[in-house]
Parts: sequence; C-alpha cells; structure tokens
Amino acid sequence: MAKERLQIIVAHERGQRDQPDYLPQLQQELLAVIRKYVQISDDMVQVEVDRNGSCSVLELNVTLPER
Amino acid sequence: MARIIVVTSGKGGVGKTTTSASISTGLARRGHKTVVVDFDVGLRNLDLIMNCERRVVYDFVNVIQGDATLNQALIRDKRVDTLYILPTSQTREKEALTKEGVEKVINELSETFDYIICDSPAGIEHGALMALYYADEAIVVTNPEVSSVRDSDRILGILQSKSRRAEMGGEPVKEHLLLTRYNPVRVERGEMLSVADVEEILAIPLLGVIPESQVVLNSSNQGLPVILDNESDAGQAYEDAVARLLGEEREQRFMTNQKKGFFSRMFKGG
Repeated sequence: MAKERLQIIVAHERGQRDQPDYLPQLQQELLAVIRKYVQISDDMVQVEVDRNGSCSVLELNVTLPER
Repeated sequence: MARIIVVTSGKGGVGKTTTSASISTGLARRGHKTVVVDFDVGLRNLDLIMNCERRVVYDFVNVIQGDATLNQALIRDKRVDTLYILPTSQTREKEALTKEGVEKVINELSETFDYIICDSPAGIEHGALMALYYADEAIVVTNPEVSSVRDSDRILGILQSKSRRAEMGGEPVKEHLLLTRYNPVRVERGEMLSVADVEEILAIPLLGVIPESQVVLNSSNQGLPVILDNESDAGQAYEDAVARLLGEEREQRFMTNQKKGFFSRMFKGG
C-alpha cells in the first residue's frame, strides 16, 4: 500500500519537474480573468508546456460549465 | 584522476555522514588516498563522526576565502593513514561555499587524492547543490520509507539536471542506491518497503543494503566509523559496498531475517 502511494506521488512529481516555475501562477491569473465572464472551478483551467524537439508549446485547456 | 563521489539523499537523517565516514574509511583502508569533505556548513558533523573534532583548526570555508591553505585545513585520520578529512565551518553559512571556490578546492584535491567523498547536507538548497555539482558519481542514501524515497527521487532529478555534467551535456553522473536502516523482519511482515520496491521506484543500480543496527549509534558516540567494526552486520555491509564501488562482485547479504538458517551462524549479528 505504501508502495502504491509512493509510485503515484513520484510519477506525478516527475511529470511536474520539467515544467517552468511560472505555471501555477499563470493558471491562477487565467482563472481570475475567465471568472470575470464565466463561473468555473479551479480544475477547469489546465496549463502545460509541451516540449517537442526544437519548439515549446504552451498548452491551455479551458473547460466551460454545462449550460 | 580522482573519482569524485557525492553522498547525498535529499532527506535528512538517513545516514549520509555515517555512510561518508565508512565509505571513505573503507576506500582508504584498501590503500587508496582518500579525502572526505564536509559540505554541511553551519551544522557540521563529519568531524564528530570521524573523531577529529578537537583537531579542527582551519576549515573548508577558510580555504575558499584564502585564510588558510588546503594543507593547513586537512586533517589526517589517526587510524587509517591514507585517509584525510576536510572539515567545514560551524559558524558560517552555506553561501560561503561559492561555485568557483569549491571548484578550486576540488581541483587541488584531485591532484593528490584518488577519491574525494563529498558529504552533502540534507535538502536541495545551495549546500546540497554545491556538494553534488562537481561529482562524477553519486551515492543516494535512502531509508525504506516513503518520504525518504520521495526525496531521493527529487535529488536524482536534480543530479540529472543541475550537476555540472548535466549542464555541460557530458556523461551523466553515475548513480548508486544505498539502502540504509533496513529491517528484514519488518519487510517480511509487510510493514516496510523492500529492496525490490525501492529499486523499482528509483530505478538506479543498488550499491548495497545496510541493515538497521545498534552499532551505528555506538560508532557515532565513539567517533569510530561503522566499517571499522568488522564483526557487525552493518560494518560488513559497508565493506561489501566499498568492494562493489571498486568493481568487485559481492552478493547482497543482510536482506533476509538472520535469525533462521545456518548462514546466520556464519555472520555474527550486530
């Protein structure tokens, strides 16, 4: 059981390791902007940097609530 | 060319200084000229564990700042004459270890020593970074316990991205796993992570398993590196680890409960 918990946390942290430091802040600021117009929860905005060879892409995913 | 080996972990209290003391003593005992360097500025302990705390006059920071020469700061071990200790300052802070200063000292040590063992402080801040920056190899000391494994994984990430070898794109730092405070009885009961569990998560080669042992406390109290206690299980486990570092094959012992079987009578427990 301890092993499974460890595997999950280690895998998650390894994924986060290459991401730039500003991402959590960026996510919070984007949430604030979008909330001026639509009510959304924290997990509806996702930001991730994808490094594909020579170019980096900032991937932004915003899920809007059901009507 | 000297082999520069950092003993690191991320997590505190897992056995870095204990390990640095034993590994360096073991290497020196085999005839290799070895120096063990304390990078824990402000909270030094290597001098205490090596029983030379009363002989510290000049330290690592003094040398970096030009107040003393390396020869003035190095302390020769009284038990093994090929072993030297470079203690650090107890009063300064880790920022006193500049990158250039550390490089200069390591280069100077490389001229005369075969092995340079860098005893890292806990954490991932400046002191720990300086200890691992110039390393060719790393011994990642880990307890079979969730926070220790997690922190070891973090320090591995740092070794792979922030060491000089990583920054220069050179051959990566050679990583070794040293599992310490291992208790086979608790592992068999399913209470403690096993060697296989930790190996699977960290995915680095196993250098050795050091069993939980009462001799470790006694050793620190006396200022006698554990490896010098030839009869103890922990001492022998460190000797095996040194042998493997030198390229020798040694079967892993001390991984199973020593209370049963005839093999347990061959090794005196500690």
